[in-house]
Amino acid sequence: MKKLNSIIGAALIAASGLMAGGAYAAGAGDYKGPEAKLIDWTFGGVFGTYDKAQLQRGFQVFQEVCSSCHGAELFSFRMLEKEGGPEYSEEQVKALAASYTIQDPEHIDGERSGVPADKWPNPFESDQDAKDANGGVIPPDFSVLAKARNVPQKFPNWIGNYFTAYQEGGADYIYNLLVGYNEPPEGVEVGPGTYWNDHFHGSGGTLAMAQPIYDEMVDYEGAAPETVDQYAKDVAAFMMWLAEPDMTSRKQLGFNVLLFLFLFAGMMYMVKRRLWSNVDH
Amino acid sequence: MSHKSNYQPNSGFEKWMDERLPIIRLGYDSFVDFPSPKNLNYFWTFGGILAIFLVIQIITGVVLAMHYTPHADMAFNSVEHIRRDVNWGRLIQAAHANGASFFFLAVYIHIFRGLYYGSYKAPREVLWILGVVIFLLMMATAFMGYVLPWGQMSFWAATVITNFFSAIPLVGEGLMVFLRGAFAVDNATLNRFFSLHYLLPFMIAGVVGLHIWALHVPGNNNPTGVEVKTKSDTVPFHPYLTMKDLFAIVVFMIPFAWFVFFAPDILGHPDNYIPADPQVTPPHIVPEWYFLPFYAILRAIDFNIGPIDSKLGGVIAMFGSIAIWFVVPWLDRSKVRSGAFRPMFKWFYWIWIVNFIGLTYLGAQPAEGVYVILSKTATFYYFAYFLIILPFLPRIETTLPLPASISESVLAKHKTEAAE
Repeated sequence: MKKLNSIIGAALIAASGLMAGGAYAAGAGDYKGPEAKLIDWTFGGVFGTYDKAQLQRGFQVFQEVCSSCHGAELFSFRMLEKEGGPEYSEEQVKALAASYTIQDPEHIDGERSGVPADKWPNPFESDQDAKDANGGVIPPDFSVLAKARNVPQKFPNWIGNYFTAYQEGGADYIYNLLVGYNEPPEGVEVGPGTYWNDHFHGSGGTLAMAQPIYDEMVDYEGAAPETVDQYAKDVAAFMMWLAEPDMTSRKQLGFNVLLFLFLFAGMMYMVKRRLWSNVDH
Repeated sequence: MSHKSNYQPNSGFEKWMDERLPIIRLGYDSFVDFPSPKNLNYFWTFGGILAIFLVIQIITGVVLAMHYTPHADMAFNSVEHIRRDVNWGRLIQAAHANGASFFFLAVYIHIFRGLYYGSYKAPREVLWILGVVIFLLMMATAFMGYVLPWGQMSFWAATVITNFFSAIPLVGEGLMVFLRGAFAVDNATLNRFFSLHYLLPFMIAGVVGLHIWALHVPGNNNPTGVEVKTKSDTVPFHPYLTMKDLFAIVVFMIPFAWFVFFAPDILGHPDNYIPADPQVTPPHIVPEWYFLPFYAILRAIDFNIGPIDSKLGGVIAMFGSIAIWFVVPWLDRSKVRSGAFRPMFKWFYWIWIVNFIGLTYLGAQPAEGVYVILSKTATFYYFAYFLIILPFLPRIETTLPLPASISESVLAKHKTEAAE
């Protein structure tokens, strides 16, 4: 009984330590806007995997809309073939890369057509160009942006995150931002070149990006609805994949590792019990 | 080692070696034959857990260093390169980052176990002091490791922490510039932090060696706090404690694996995925969770005390909150070692634990409104426990009768269990 108490005690201290530690991840952000809507992503949870069709649609939105201003310096064409990602065929990726012109100072012309190993070309030649074209603000790079954002959650909701392994806060934030363009609340002045968004946490709800996407802006091949809501979900999923391209294999391996650890712990417990059975302790 | 050596060199090689460098004898006496109290509970497994985590951190760290680039322009992307392109890199990186958190979780349990069972009392004062030294080295190592990914939180944590030193009168500003290697946190800072982050773990390993040596002279404390009297109070370290520790280590690996594989970023801050930018200050600069209690103490001192301004006062309180651990063996005047036999002490102890967790929570909150008052109250209790309760409580406390020996306490425990 005493042993059980001490184990429970240890677990409680561990749990409360984690809770207190997580407080800041959730407590960040003073902005008091409407609560973010959390999406039921296919890549959430222990068994989550990316939806290939959704990543392909998201890539299409990125390619046709976002990438005219946002770069993604860690994104190379070859990643599009990866297992657990959008899984385009080798030929499709080759053709896609070839349709882009890559600046290459070592090439005789200073530029050449792309190959799958190339990085996604940056829309601007320099940070200064990016600033000049966007009202003095560099559009953030997409490479790990989905992991650099989070949605604020009130106490005690975020406690559950440690037990559900909620890591989709960035995708939820991006979705909410893209559908969050709205009329500013009464009495709020929106300066020139800035726009009101219900879910933007910096600078009091106004940001320098105008609403980037509208209904029917991107033509989907399949039956997916061509709405802002759907575009926002698809591109948020794509950005999550861009930030975490190997998530699926990581989670699958993790399941096996945990299974092994549980079995090993059970066996070790029996060894320990048997060994100590002749000791009065 | 203090107990009589029972090592018998069996093979010719062992005999030859034993006459030249008795290292096999040392290993046998320390980790096989070493007599350990038979009533140790699972809180005593955290020493072994910590040793394993030190090894995990060093091995993963050495591999990470092979692929990491300590340069202000390349560090951020080189960590992403490890996650994306290096074989097993994303697991090694996640194990290293989350390993730091679990290392601290284990060390807090280990330290607080010592505080409850009076493990710091004579003849184990040096053992305890070496432990505090290890903890300080761990803090320095963890802080410098956190700077290496060179994200926004890395950069601003480095700025805030090095800024502490500027609070020291006269030499402070110069010292801060010396530590940074520049007037502001920059490439020079990143380089020296990388170098020190690689050095300090080996210093930790060295002090851990001394810590184990200092443990093996008086031997383990135990839940009754009554010293080992006869051989029947003990079991040999191997196989009894090795197998028990191994079981505990495997159990501790389960939550660790959960975080590494399913939520590797949840203990970090999203802002650290934004590359360091000296031009943009994040709205809330917060340290990693394991530093939050001390961060709360730092911020609780927001008033001047005579010639000491609030900044210096905060820094003194923060370092003092750990420095005070060094003198705990002499602050605690109780003749009874284990908290299990001290009915009043128990209450103050558990309030202190809750208070410490409360400080962790408060360190994450903005320094405003009710949080400021709560932080001050919690900081007061943190110090009052060491400066008022530990020295003066024994004067009014009536302790419970101690068992004559470990074996007797085990027998008594079995009797009550049978009665239930």
